[in-house]
Amino acid sequence: MADETTNQGIPEPEGTSDIIQTDYQIGQDNIETKIGPFGLDIHNPVFLISGLSIVAFVFYALALPEQASGLFDWLFSAVTKGFDWFFLGAANIFVLFCLLLIVTPYGSVRLGGTDATPDYSYIGWFAMLFAAGMGIGLLFFGVSEPMSHFSSSLGGTSMEEGARTDWAPLGAAGGDQAAAQRLGMAATIFHWGLHPWAIYAVVALALALFSYNKGLPLTLRSAFYPIFGDRVWGWTGHIIDTLAVFATLFGLATSLGFGAEQTASGLTYLFGSGDAAEGTRSFLGIAYGNSEESGVENNPLLLVILISAITAVALVSVIRGLDGGVKVLSEINMGLAALLLLFVFFVGGPIFLITLFFDSIWAYLTNIFALSNPVGREDVNFSQGWTSFYWAWWISWSPFVGMFIARVSRGRTVREFVTCVLIIPTIVCVLWMTVFGGTALNQVVSDGYTGAQDAALELKLFYMLDQLPLATITSVIGIVLVIVFFVTSSDSGSLVIDTITAGGKVDAPVAQRVFWCIFEGAVAIVLLIGGGLASLQSAVISTGLPFTLVLLVMCYAIWRGLASEKRA
Amino acid sequence: MFNKIMAPVDLAHKDRLEKALKCTGDLAKYYNAEVVYVGVTTTTPSSTAHTPEEYGKKLDAFAKEQGEAYGISASGDSLVSHDPSSDVDDILLKAVSETGSDLVIMASHVPNVMDYVWPSNGGKIAEHAKCSVMVVRT
Repeated sequence: MADETTNQGIPEPEGTSDIIQTDYQIGQDNIETKIGPFGLDIHNPVFLISGLSIVAFVFYALALPEQASGLFDWLFSAVTKGFDWFFLGAANIFVLFCLLLIVTPYGSVRLGGTDATPDYSYIGWFAMLFAAGMGIGLLFFGVSEPMSHFSSSLGGTSMEEGARTDWAPLGAAGGDQAAAQRLGMAATIFHWGLHPWAIYAVVALALALFSYNKGLPLTLRSAFYPIFGDRVWGWTGHIIDTLAVFATLFGLATSLGFGAEQTASGLTYLFGSGDAAEGTRSFLGIAYGNSEESGVENNPLLLVILISAITAVALVSVIRGLDGGVKVLSEINMGLAALLLLFVFFVGGPIFLITLFFDSIWAYLTNIFALSNPVGREDVNFSQGWTSFYWAWWISWSPFVGMFIARVSRGRTVREFVTCVLIIPTIVCVLWMTVFGGTALNQVVSDGYTGAQDAALELKLFYMLDQLPLATITSVIGIVLVIVFFVTSSDSGSLVIDTITAGGKVDAPVAQRVFWCIFEGAVAIVLLIGGGLASLQSAVISTGLPFTLVLLVMCYAIWRGLASEKRA
Repeated sequence: MFNKIMAPVDLAHKDRLEKALKCTGDLAKYYNAEVVYVGVTTTTPSSTAHTPEEYGKKLDAFAKEQGEAYGISASGDSLVSHDPSSDVDDILLKAVSETGSDLVIMASHVPNVMDYVWPSNGGKIAEHAKCSVMVVRT
């Protein structure tokens, strides 16, 4: 046996990819230990700092609620209003960057090396793209957002002391129903189309490239290697990773909390008994869904049960793993969502909706430059309160969603990756918004039914479905979709946090992901009962500001990284 | 008595395999059986290798080293998993039939209270594999 084939002198893979030569060994900073019967393999110090700072923030929000909400709300408002130009400008750069990658020769670089084959089929891949990042939002805003922009556009503009006080996009469409509908659809698609998906695509591509092709650990800091070199393994990297864990966990916990409230309202609306105005409304004997005027307090027990149930299902899913749990649930959910979409499409008027679909795409494309213009906007309420807020929100979610997308995208070429993460989801979003928003708008415009328009945000979908046949069945599908989308966000989020806090190892002991999944549910319950959910959500969205910088750096890193790769 | 022995190995924790490896080598020599060292790796870079190809090469080198140390015929078989923490048992069980092994020798920790709810890899393989399984305590 030749001497060089000892364990240390192992030959490197043959040049299918351009591995970065670094002395850093994945897992070298990890602590492998046992706590009772549980084996652990955690990154030192990211795991501990993330966990402790999350606990500290929860305590702060509970102990000094007014101070915390004052601080975080101020931060949120300063970030989304003061830096609106930055968010809008950066998001435009991300879209242009992604489109550029499709057309340049870099598009033919394959993630995982020239001979890599895709890990997942298109169906499984698409299902997971939506399950992690956007499915839940589509359900809640699919009906409400087109309607909001339609109403504000129809209302026209209003000025006070030289500033616009209305919330309409661009120049509004005062009194013109057809124009207001077009503008409303364009503005909605703008918030759910190319821009958010470009944000996700940049993060996902950076992580996939530096992990699969460059051989660095699958964690956020790796994308910074071209800039900081080996310093990313020190505190620079610890801070980046900790911030990502923080944004992901609080992002998930706050959506889980709000999601539970929305699910509880939906369940009470569909299956509850009693009267909301009299304060006797309840579900399974638990008082819920009563109006404020009735003076009867809603019982948080229903929310605790819901969060526990969602967490329990997510727990089973993370234990079963990526293929046996997360992927299966994502595919089930995509099937159900497609079923609901087709149903609403056929009963909501296929010809009207097909026409609206193309009208909406056209309206989107003709308004996209005006809507994405970062400076000199007159429609400040819209561009700051809606667009800037959305961009900060998507960006604060991007470490989580981007990392999850990276995990399932090995084997695709850059061109295929960007097309499938940017263009196809955008078309699906246009379709979804057209079918759900369009049907609801049609109910207002043609039938004069304002039920969905007047309903609370979380109930709009159900009021819209109520006007269509088989309302009971479709509403149940709607509720199931909401719950399963929460489960798929929760389980994929736990996997992501576990990987980051294990220093990029995806084979850490299962006990760790179980810990993060339960921790997330516990944080949601504590914040929901103690108050502080809203203020921590503001804190999460504020992390969008530093992450925008991170994403801009990633664009540069991707470009540098692709330059040294062999094209297929 | 045995023709082909499958020995699942974790290259990241070779120090914990010593007893099992010796046992594998000695039995293979005694029965003149062939050994296939099976390793499960991730598509993402790990502490052992940057890519699945690199892992495969390391495993082959490891098998060669074992083969020469014990004077047996040995080969490596690397299997890729998206999520080894939850899939490893199923992948190993599949490998038992695919490699046509008639004996599995693997290392396992001393059981603790968690093994009642969450069986160890060795425990699960011993319970479900169609052939004989020898679990060597570390």
